[in-house]
Amino acid sequence: MTNSADTQGLVTPGISSPGLVPRNAAFLKRLRKIGLALIAPVFMIALWSFLVHWTGTRLIPPPTDVVIMMWDFAFGGIYDDAFSASLPIHLWVSLQRVYGGFLLAVITAVPLGILIGRYTLLREMLDPMLSLLRPVPVTAWLPLSMIFFGLGPRSAIFLVFLGAFYPILLNTVFGVKSVDPKLFEAASMLGCRGSQVFRSVVLPAAIPSIFNGLRLGQGFAWILIVVGEMTGVPEGLGAVIMDGRTLSRTDLVITGMVMIGLTGYLTDRLIVLLNNRLLRWSPQHHVS
Amino acid sequence: MSLRKPNRLPGAAPILRASAVEKTFESDSGSFRALSGINLDIEKGEFVCLLGASGCGKSTLLRLIAGFETATRGALSLYGQPIAAPGPERGIVFQDYALFPWLTVYENIAFGPRHRGLGSSEVKRIADKFTEMVGLTAFARHYPNQLSGGMKQRVAIARVLANDTDLLLMDEPFGALDALTREKLQEELLDIWKQTNLTVIFVTHSVEEAVVLADRVVVMTAGPGRIDSDMQIDLPRPRDVSSEAFNTVRRTITQKLSSNVSPTRPAAAVAAE
Repeated sequence: MTNSADTQGLVTPGISSPGLVPRNAAFLKRLRKIGLALIAPVFMIALWSFLVHWTGTRLIPPPTDVVIMMWDFAFGGIYDDAFSASLPIHLWVSLQRVYGGFLLAVITAVPLGILIGRYTLLREMLDPMLSLLRPVPVTAWLPLSMIFFGLGPRSAIFLVFLGAFYPILLNTVFGVKSVDPKLFEAASMLGCRGSQVFRSVVLPAAIPSIFNGLRLGQGFAWILIVVGEMTGVPEGLGAVIMDGRTLSRTDLVITGMVMIGLTGYLTDRLIVLLNNRLLRWSPQHHVS
Repeated sequence: MSLRKPNRLPGAAPILRASAVEKTFESDSGSFRALSGINLDIEKGEFVCLLGASGCGKSTLLRLIAGFETATRGALSLYGQPIAAPGPERGIVFQDYALFPWLTVYENIAFGPRHRGLGSSEVKRIADKFTEMVGLTAFARHYPNQLSGGMKQRVAIARVLANDTDLLLMDEPFGALDALTREKLQEELLDIWKQTNLTVIFVTHSVEEAVVLADRVVVMTAGPGRIDSDMQIDLPRPRDVSSEAFNTVRRTITQKLSSNVSPTRPAAAVAAE
């Protein structure tokens, strides 16, 4: 039944290509990619080192001091002070707060976004208010959040939640609104109705957009954890940076920054992994 | 002459009946009357082509039958029951496929049976059967974006057949395909129509396509959309597009169609198309 003219027009992106590329060519390609990505950071570290030595400043430590501090922060055995080997505990509480706030944002923003995207009535009711609240910087909520939740971790979680909420909500709404109306018609013609439509059509069709929102939201969550942990909590990567500032220990400040950068990057890769797995059907939504 | 008015068996109830159907679209810029005074009876097992230039309301009529739109006036009924909403007994095939891109070929075909709440072994049996019917067993695990246009349209057809559709509605389904693929799919569609007990309503603007496929061609004209003529095509199947009889029919229909589109155009120019 499949004639040759038709089969020749078949495109199979990402399915037959790995077999065509020899293994060492793929390896070289990967090596090249890593090499290219390393140029800018290596240059930046070299410039940092050069400028510190050249100006003779005592305010900024050279990269080597930061590396030593990072080692001590992670494993201890060098300075043996309050911060030695304390990375696990700070990382753990920060992760809890980031994911506490982030997951709270996901479980409220995704369903709300789907409903707003699907029901005009709800959109007309909520859109104006959400648009008014959106330009308010999350940091401006800090005083109120301290009144609501007191000094402590709950305030940090609230700020992380606020920061992650909007990007997830807006991207979900966008994703739901841009579902091809023909797909709803196709589904209803095939006997899919009521709440089935959300699970079988709306959610899968909006997944690419929702994932954009999740990545943005998680990025904001890591930004806001530093602000959140300024509210007088004893532990957390943000608190470490604040302590470093108070004690004029710039090596500690930079260590905290690097740790947040690394953790943020790794957790983003987790979402990318999940994204690429769920979006096997759409190579253009794959993130490399 | 192979053209004549449709003749019906007395007493045979039509599967679909449209009586005095009118459709007006309201918008901010005013109202637009897309269809007016549509009367149409379609018998079980018929292959009917709705033929007309763009804007004649043929797709609107199909969407009314599908239940995506409701008539402003008049009534549409299926087996005597008024059409109120889309339903699995009326399967529609769109020009741009409208497959679910996140589902594989197999899952797209299984979509209808699964949502009707059939057991998983029954769903599998049906989906396998129709995947095979359209010749896509080897591609069952592919996603739509890995398929050519012709293959996507095969999936779309299998998807509605798997749903026990008895009225197949097709909205210029082969319009986006290249000529070779289109011909192939026309053949396959006729095969499927013969094998099953389907009634097909097929919207097209190609006279040749209508004459190749249909038992009956309903020519529509624009402003507002109405039925201009309704003709039975009695050519034997398979139809030979190069035969004299075929071309006589094609010419007659083309003239009918063109006299509506541009009445001043000489018939010779029309026949040369």
